[in-house]
Amino acid sequence: MKIIIPIKRVLDPYTQARVDKQSQTVDLNNAKMAMNPFCEIAVEEALRLQEDGKASETIAVSIGTDKTVDTLRTALAMGVDRAIFVKTGSELNLQPLHVGKILAKIIEREEAQLVFMGKQAVDNDNNQTGQILSGLLNFSLGTFISEFKLSDDGGSVEVSREIDSGIETRKLNIPAIVTVDLRLNEPRYASLPNIMKARSKPLETIELTSLDIDVTPRVKVLSVEESGTKDRAAKEVHSAQELYSELNQLGVL
Amino acid sequence: MSALVLIELIGSEVSANSRAAITAASQLADTIDALVLTNAVDNASQTSSLAGLGTVKVIVNEELEHACVEVASGLIAEVMASYKYLVAGSSTYSKNIVPRVGALLDVQPISDVCEIKSKNTFVRPLYAGNIMATVESSDSKILMTVRSTSFEHSQDGGSASIEELSLTMPESQSTFVSLQESQSERPELTTAARIVSGGRGLGSKEDFALIDQLADKLDAAVGASRAAVDAGFITNDYQVGQTGKVVAPKLYIAVGISGAIQHLAGMKDSEVIVAINNDPDAPMCRMADLIWKTDLFGAMQEMIDHN
Ligand SMILES: Cc1cc2nc3c(=O)[nH]c(=O)nc-3n(C[C@H](O)[C@H](O)[C@H](O)COP(=O)(O)OP(=O)(O)OC[C@H]3O[C@@H](n4cnc5c(N)ncnc54)[C@H](O)[C@@H]3O)c2cc1C
Ligand SMILES: Nc1ncnc2c1ncn2[C@@H]1O[C@H](COP(=O)(O)O)[C@@H](O)[C@H]1O
Repeated sequence: MKIIIPIKRVLDPYTQARVDKQSQTVDLNNAKMAMNPFCEIAVEEALRLQEDGKASETIAVSIGTDKTVDTLRTALAMGVDRAIFVKTGSELNLQPLHVGKILAKIIEREEAQLVFMGKQAVDNDNNQTGQILSGLLNFSLGTFISEFKLSDDGGSVEVSREIDSGIETRKLNIPAIVTVDLRLNEPRYASLPNIMKARSKPLETIELTSLDIDVTPRVKVLSVEESGTKDRAAKEVHSAQELYSELNQLGVL
Repeated sequence: MSALVLIELIGSEVSANSRAAITAASQLADTIDALVLTNAVDNASQTSSLAGLGTVKVIVNEELEHACVEVASGLIAEVMASYKYLVAGSSTYSKNIVPRVGALLDVQPISDVCEIKSKNTFVRPLYAGNIMATVESSDSKILMTVRSTSFEHSQDGGSASIEELSLTMPESQSTFVSLQESQSERPELTTAARIVSGGRGLGSKEDFALIDQLADKLDAAVGASRAAVDAGFITNDYQVGQTGKVVAPKLYIAVGISGAIQHLAGMKDSEVIVAINNDPDAPMCRMADLIWKTDLFGAMQEMIDHN
């Protein structure tokens, strides 16, 4: 079974996002970038399945500008077999519906049966692409998963989903789209020899324009603003007595 | 122009986030109908007593007891033929379903709306809430989830009529196996007035019980950082943050939580924040109204024992 893993290059999650006031965009010039943490977990899960002999091929796909290739190289160094780079212009503001349509074309071309992706990209925090993709392809959908088990005959998977009320377990028919949550696994680091090896692994470039998909923005960003945090009093206390009396004065007990 | 609000039921109770969705919808449309997907029509009776609703549309099917997303999204897409807006509360229930409806209607949904500026202009958070974006939709239909901490929770006081719809069920591609629900007598995390939240600093599952004890004393809900959940001190549904729940209580007591961006994303709008931490440089101390720089074990015991 072929596995597709769509991955996204994002601002490093531990870096504070800053606004460029002039252009009204988030300033990513010279910013530290990384693979979206959820995508790392998706890559890891696909690799484990392959190591268990249950996946014939693992393919990472990323849509973005030239720098996106770095992120695909990271996935190759982690161990995926090959990569597909869908190249966009730098000004393009792709939205999950567009990304879904692009991924759908690639998944159809590859005739892949299983897709592992992040539950959310930590830049736009949309939490939509996997769900959209499943609707476009009419595949079954398992979101926010923290456990994954392929059936012995390979015809279905059992997933545990982290939902607001606890953990839901479902059985999904294959073909399936699975979006992964943080507790599914601990992603591996790429070793130096593997980073070297990754340079010779296949990386195909597809021009977005050649896919004939309408990518006109449906939702336009009018402005962005750094959200100031509320001014806090920041008063020190030294005992429970003191803390309770402050809280009483504030009327929150 | 009319709006459809997707109702999430907890048993037969309307969830707080659905009540927020009704408030948001009232800022967009004159007519608001509700849609309930359930396995028993009786479950919709509480929905009909919510204020401000026209009709409560109910679709009854066994598969809908556990929100089979393939079925639910197909049904909602069909019902949406006669509405301009679909509004749902931000929860794992809606986040699972609404984007798939978007795909079926060829619409780009908008997640986590915090403010409605006009009929097609909204404010939503990016980058764990460090950036707020004002976005404008040009889609013919607008689908959104809304933050329940940003909108009033619409109250009871109406008597909407209930209409059962009979639609052909789309094919399900998955089956429900089981649900492991956390049981708790304490206030619900996302609506509680007070939250005591514990982090890695608690050190073990056994010592995390200090959080429970203090919560009981203060009639508060329990919350946790990702590190506490990852370490198995408590289950996933207590996680507060960018990828957990978003809360805005009157009082948030952060115990042994450093205050990473991703945690702050879920609680920084709390009215009063207390940090209990022995590291004065922890970012949580910079966020707090009241700081107690001390060993948390002593502090917790003192707070629990105080009368
Ligand atoms: C993609 C992504 C998503 C994430 N989503 C979330 C999320 O939704 N929610 C979330 O919380 N995190 C999330 N995180 C993780 C986040 O980055 C932090 O790692 C996490 O919040 C740290 O948890 P913590 O504060 O409990 O642990 P730590 O950062 O280890 O902090 C422990 C604190 O306890 C204090 N302490 C220790 N012992 C004592 C003592 N005896 N007395 C007093 N104080 C003590 C320490 O000084 C320290 O400040 C996410 C991370 C990523 C990459
Ligand atoms: N430009 C992209 N290229 C490849 N995959 C993407 C892209 N954008 C989003 N994804 C995938 O969709 C997931 C969820 O993203 P989102 O819906 O934007 O929060 C990510 O974790 C990726 O797996």
